[in-house]
Amino acid sequence: MTKKIIHINKLTGKLSRRAMLGGSATVAMAIAQTAHGKAVQEGLSFTELIPDDPTKQVGTLAGEVGTRSGFEKVIKKPSDISSRSPLQDFYGIITPSDLHFERHHAGIPVIDPNKHELVIHGLVDKPMVFTVADLKRFPSVSRIAFLECSGNFRTGKEAMSPQDICGLTSQSEWTGVKLSTLFREVGVKPNASWFLAEGGDAAIMTRSIPVKKGWDDAIIAYGQNGEALRPEQGYPVRLFLPGWEGNTSIKWLRRLELGDAPWQTREETSKYSEGIKGGKIRQFSFDIDARSIITFPAFPAQVEKGWIEIRGLAWSGRGKVVKVEVSTDAGKSWHIAELQEPVLDKAHVRFRYLWHWNGAETEIMSRVTDETGYIQPTFKQLIEARGADSGYHFNPITAWQLKADGRVLNKPENVR
Amino acid sequence: MNKLWLVGILEAGLLMSQRPINTVLFPDRDRAQEITYLIKSDSIPARFGFGRVATSTEIARLDIDIRPDGKGLPAGEGKPVAGKVIFAQKCAACHGVGGVGGPNGSLVTTTDPTKKRPEKTIGNYWPYATTIFDYIRRAMPFSEPGSLTDAEVYNLTAYLLNANGIIDDKAVVNAKTLPNVVMPAQQLFVPDDRKGGPEIK
Repeated sequence: MTKKIIHINKLTGKLSRRAMLGGSATVAMAIAQTAHGKAVQEGLSFTELIPDDPTKQVGTLAGEVGTRSGFEKVIKKPSDISSRSPLQDFYGIITPSDLHFERHHAGIPVIDPNKHELVIHGLVDKPMVFTVADLKRFPSVSRIAFLECSGNFRTGKEAMSPQDICGLTSQSEWTGVKLSTLFREVGVKPNASWFLAEGGDAAIMTRSIPVKKGWDDAIIAYGQNGEALRPEQGYPVRLFLPGWEGNTSIKWLRRLELGDAPWQTREETSKYSEGIKGGKIRQFSFDIDARSIITFPAFPAQVEKGWIEIRGLAWSGRGKVVKVEVSTDAGKSWHIAELQEPVLDKAHVRFRYLWHWNGAETEIMSRVTDETGYIQPTFKQLIEARGADSGYHFNPITAWQLKADGRVLNKPENVR
Repeated sequence: MNKLWLVGILEAGLLMSQRPINTVLFPDRDRAQEITYLIKSDSIPARFGFGRVATSTEIARLDIDIRPDGKGLPAGEGKPVAGKVIFAQKCAACHGVGGVGGPNGSLVTTTDPTKKRPEKTIGNYWPYATTIFDYIRRAMPFSEPGSLTDAEVYNLTAYLLNANGIIDDKAVVNAKTLPNVVMPAQQLFVPDDRKGGPEIK
């Protein structure tokens, strides 16, 4: 057989087991027809399941859970501490739950939802303990919103995809109970101005959050895209703070303490703070600044001259996206991109701009304007405004170089 | 719970109100049609009564946080000389001999803290000494989180402050003295004051 090698799908293990048990004569036939004989019994490769004519062979039967097509190779890029969403592979605005970026500070804990509890205490009338089942009894709310790590910018190479540059952003529909509902339940005292949110992971991760955010739009989430939270996203319950830097949305939430001052935890002092002009260090930079990126055409895509639909994502932690502009001449002129409904508050928005490429080398880029009137800056503007000792909350315009042969390459920024 | 609620608009302002929701809030038909959850109700309860009261014992078991004013610090004390021994045994593999270098970053400043930072350390970047105690006890050592005694954490805190030249080598660190330690970088920290709008800052 000379079929092209394709990555092995998770489906295959299940299929071969089923075939060996004799549960499906059709699949057994498919196996018998493959050239690898005995090796197949030890694990069928996806390649070998590809029929010459799918209309001449009954397909696989219904399964307990769906699987991604074996033709699709979409992966997060994991490091020891994080993994990145493949933004260049996405359509629309929802991130598949298994491709949501991850960032954790001491790994992903295994937590039994039947034993997990959320304790709320401190400056409250009545300190309370809520089981996960208790939390689900309260009136619920669902909201589509992005979640982005504040350390979501990389540059330095041409061979970088949107995933490499800013893959630490993802979007889900989050479901849970409004924190304001729980605040009323425990009777938050008027002098409470901050609360500490604490996770039940091995980092016992903590952040101090202004109480106002709790009343405004914070959610104690237990649902993500229609199912329970993924373990990587805080199963069984997490805090979700729309529009705020990701690490404040404490995962595996076990405790909230109401107080009258911030705790100055490690994650809001030595980390997640950034150098600014005058040698100062800015902290509690909660809002995610507006940002956009063209996700097609983008590295590693290869394009042909002619009509190209330029596509991308835009978002702001301060509200709605009102405008995305696209430049196809290295920033000399800008054109209004079309925004795909729904354009939601503090959410990834899909934009597109139809363009006819004449095949000449150029640079394409996008910039977003949010409802506060903030316009996504260039890298140079950010460095000029903050100095070079920065790091977090970098949201510059990203330019892609289109080469005459159709290659699309990142335009690296000169960091230092 | 025998009442039904207008779940879609759980706003604090409405909760105080005893007005009939369907007549006052949705006078126009179009708006009302948007609401798929319109249900008969005249109020939301002040409390739902779910969950149970937390006992002081169970709160104490979880409440391990330390504030800059020292609130939360346990009894006991630590000294740099004792912390140095523990650091060599349990911390140096990741943070380097003497807290310098190591795969997970330096903790000790080797350059003038008022000059440009080659690396962010406790001595040139951490604004509060209490955070050292809180974080070590909370999450360190990385491979054995939560394994240190309060005395060990006090000793390590004392050692790291001394190695960074912030306290002298005879200093005793405890619940009274630790909040009074002034960190070199504290004066540099400012809260984010950006509010959106056209300014790049």
